[in-house]
Amino acid sequence: MLDSIDNLLSIFPEAVQTVIWIVLKIVAIVVPVLLSVAYLTLAERKVIGYIQVRIGPNRVGPRGFLQPIADGLKLILKETIVPSSANRALFVIAPILAFTPVVASYAVLPFDKGMALANVNAGLLYILAMTSIGVYGIIIAGWASNSKYAFLSAIRSAAQIVSYEIAMGFALVCVLMAAGSLNMTDIVEAQSGSIFHWFWIPLFPMFVVYFISGVAETNRAPFDVAEGESEIVAGFHVEYSGMTFGVFFLAEYAAMILISLLTSLMFLGGYLSPFQGIPFIGDTVLGHSSILWLLLKTAFFLFLYLWFRATFPRYRYDQIMRLGWKVFIPLTIVWIVVLGVAILAGIGPWFN
Amino acid sequence: MEAAVKYVKSLFLFELLKGLQLTGRYFFAKKITVQYPEEKTPMSPRFRGLHALRRYPNGEERCIACKLCEAVCPALAITIDSEPRADGTRRTTRYEIDLFKCIYCGFCEESCPVDSIVETREFEYVFEERGEHIMTKDKLLAMGDKYEDQIAADRAVDARYR
Repeated sequence: MLDSIDNLLSIFPEAVQTVIWIVLKIVAIVVPVLLSVAYLTLAERKVIGYIQVRIGPNRVGPRGFLQPIADGLKLILKETIVPSSANRALFVIAPILAFTPVVASYAVLPFDKGMALANVNAGLLYILAMTSIGVYGIIIAGWASNSKYAFLSAIRSAAQIVSYEIAMGFALVCVLMAAGSLNMTDIVEAQSGSIFHWFWIPLFPMFVVYFISGVAETNRAPFDVAEGESEIVAGFHVEYSGMTFGVFFLAEYAAMILISLLTSLMFLGGYLSPFQGIPFIGDTVLGHSSILWLLLKTAFFLFLYLWFRATFPRYRYDQIMRLGWKVFIPLTIVWIVVLGVAILAGIGPWFN
Repeated sequence: MEAAVKYVKSLFLFELLKGLQLTGRYFFAKKITVQYPEEKTPMSPRFRGLHALRRYPNGEERCIACKLCEAVCPALAITIDSEPRADGTRRTTRYEIDLFKCIYCGFCEESCPVDSIVETREFEYVFEERGEHIMTKDKLLAMGDKYEDQIAADRAVDARYR
């Protein structure tokens, strides 16, 4: 099939062909991401329902499978209201600014060996940069709304994300120390061997810190003070309706998927099979690395997100700050030292 | 020592994992949702739904216009007008219940000396137009005729507690 597309494109000049190929690849990443976002909302409602001994949505389509479509249609058809005292331009830019960096981050992720849109050498750095830009969407939305609740939320969100970005950054430093590279594909390849070669064992505290920081970074429960519907109604998106709200929604869920993907890539061996290196099973199809393993690991972390949301009450604001600054940051710094010693000593099977 | 144990416990997220374990168990628990239009919850014979006026088996209406229900109604939802009929008995010419006012307390039913006004098991009803919320005498009698078997059976079950 790829060849036939290539033949079809050969009528264009070389440069145009490259652009078309990149656009096609972007579509091949973005469309599945958006579909997963849609069905993640259904999964969320179902999982939370099941944990609360209910069954969740089951009326639209067989077993509720058309529910996300109905929700999406509703959001598209609703009117977008811009408050009269809002800053019009920023108000409209904010959701776009929240959504674009998240989707852009997907560019450097290796979904399989050699299956990345851009195999950038500074991939990890790029992801750090992109996820940080996402916060601007929230802050600008909170400011441009000209509403006190939205503004409070923007302040909370800014403080929270600055605190957790540091812990997250240090956790990533540990990963790049262990892998010896910032390239995402190299990070995954450095974990090949067996399930015990994956970085979750030597970097276990960082694995936990990274995922928890990721939950905080995406503004999900129990760290959803920026949204805090019980105290500041819906935070930064109180004034948003229709598709402008829908884009925030997409951004939040796409960010959840991104964090889950990153956690599985950096700590659970990404597309590598857990049966790799085990005699007999390792030689069969199960032992081959494949995108399915990556999706499976990602689904596990997404389930954790939903499980957390159904279990934990929201953190108090000062507790969030305490956790970020007084627990995570010292913990990560200590672990960087421990890891440095481990690498110097060449402790196997990871660092020899 | 205790402080150290507490510190280690909180560092390893002990309590949080316990919470996750609990919710994880409920994830697999049997679901208690009642799928409403298809499934319905069991209903007591004392259920207090839409009202009805009953008749005697010979077709004569029970209500004698004593107006006890009108007097007892805490929401003042019942309006009754009465006149002597051609055969000399006192009967209602108007018997209306305003369902917007009614609080479904069942006092009217309790106060009725002839078991005429009752509350049925009917609770799935809507008003689509203005004025439909007034249960007129005709509507009440029609309800009574429609559900007489059910009403009689429910009263019989509950008779020994009255």
